[in-house]
Amino acid sequence: MVKGIDSRRKHYVQVLSRTDEDGHITPVAITWEDGRTFDIDRVLDCRQAASLKVGGTGTRYLVRIGRTSTYLFHEDPRWFVEEKVMG
Amino acid sequence: MDRVILHSDMNSFYASVEQAEQPELRGKPVVVAGKEELRHGIVLTKSTEAKKYGIKTAEALWQARAKCPDLIVLPPRYKLYRRYSEMARNIYYQYTDLVEPFGLDECWLDLTGSLPLHGGDALVVAREISERVKAELGCTVSIGLSWNKIFAKFGSDYRKPDAITPITRQNYQSIVWESPVRDLLYVGPATERKLHAYGIRTIGQLAGTSDAYLRRRFGKVGFILRTFARGEDTTPVKAYDPTRRDVWREVKSYGNGLTAPHPITTAADAQALIWLLSESVAQRMRADGMRARTIAIGVCNDVDLSGYGCQVKLDRPSAATRHVAHAAWALLHACEPFDEDHPIRALHVRATDLVEADPGVQLSLFEADEPDWEGLDACIDELRRRYGNTCIVRGTELLDASLVGLDIKDENTVHPVGYFHR
Repeated sequence: MVKGIDSRRKHYVQVLSRTDEDGHITPVAITWEDGRTFDIDRVLDCRQAASLKVGGTGTRYLVRIGRTSTYLFHEDPRWFVEEKVMG
Repeated sequence: MDRVILHSDMNSFYASVEQAEQPELRGKPVVVAGKEELRHGIVLTKSTEAKKYGIKTAEALWQARAKCPDLIVLPPRYKLYRRYSEMARNIYYQYTDLVEPFGLDECWLDLTGSLPLHGGDALVVAREISERVKAELGCTVSIGLSWNKIFAKFGSDYRKPDAITPITRQNYQSIVWESPVRDLLYVGPATERKLHAYGIRTIGQLAGTSDAYLRRRFGKVGFILRTFARGEDTTPVKAYDPTRRDVWREVKSYGNGLTAPHPITTAADAQALIWLLSESVAQRMRADGMRARTIAIGVCNDVDLSGYGCQVKLDRPSAATRHVAHAAWALLHACEPFDEDHPIRALHVRATDLVEADPGVQLSLFEADEPDWEGLDACIDELRRRYGNTCIVRGTELLDASLVGLDIKDENTVHPVGYFHR
């Protein structure tokens, strides 16, 4: 486990996304529960994957927000992230 | 040229899916089981860890708990399992279009034609599929590879979980033929007893029996089993048709059964259950555009769990709920006294002798016009399609309060297809 991170928790989030005419979905922004919105600068990777940390499976986007990157899962229809639980 | 057939089996499927969804369950003894309060409390699937305690599929929950006090028992979530099953199949489809599902958790893949596109080595493809299922679904599969479906299935059962077993022309005699006959598809306990009685204990011995002996002792099925044992089965991998229903295709009968939440001792309760089951059977028939000529019921006694069945021919083929239910009820009513001394545990309604609904039905000249029951059912089906199966129910079904809200069609129809049903 990474220093400072105690565990991970499945956290469903509000996501703004764009669906193109082929049906491809691109997440645009994530809104956290406290109301802060994080714009997604780039989608670095997108694939089917299971979350081994918090469980569940779906389309996994590796997104860059500012200088950090994180996984965002589309469980269709919901979205979730692997929230850090600080120790 | 030999075919290249792969059989993929998702290990302890329901339990694995639950463990993939809830990582905190990983490494713990988990079983997925029916609802105890409805008296469906048997083990449907056990995790690898639960298996170590000697817990077996179809065992009662109290037996399982006796073996493992810390057992985690989960209710089944069929929708979720169907989603995982579909996702696994979507992976298989990226390697071949010939994918034949066998239940929710097993599939045959015919790679003969598409193998050159994927590098030409079946073992590499098998490893890739196994890795992808692990990464994308979080479950493990065991895979068997061979030139026929029977040995491919044997291979996937041979080593599990998370293993790949090739059965080749070089090794099948040492692997398959040395194994007990029980490991062959379609050799169940009864056939095994019979084979043992004649001294046939291994698959190799079965493969070596003579024509005359087989004909005398086993008849037609003996030859089929020997074909299986010799690896001479040529049944093609049949691509499943997505316009038909998910798991089954050519159907010979439609059946639904249910263990009642409490022993049935009154005619009203029995009638409620008969209608509930008939409704699901008839609805599934209509959805597939079929009609049945014969209705059969099965009855299981609550005292000693003994059972019997009987059937009746309909005057003309029908898929109307009313006709199915009336026929089934007439059968049951003729056989059962419905009192405290003769409690019924489970009932089963089955529609067989199917015909396509399309060509229409020969009407009788001498009968009074009947209302259009199938037309009524079509309306009800449409309502259910839009608002769910429990949005409209028969008055009869409300007579037994414990059955209210049960959705037989969606919750109780996960059957593996038979190998011969084609």
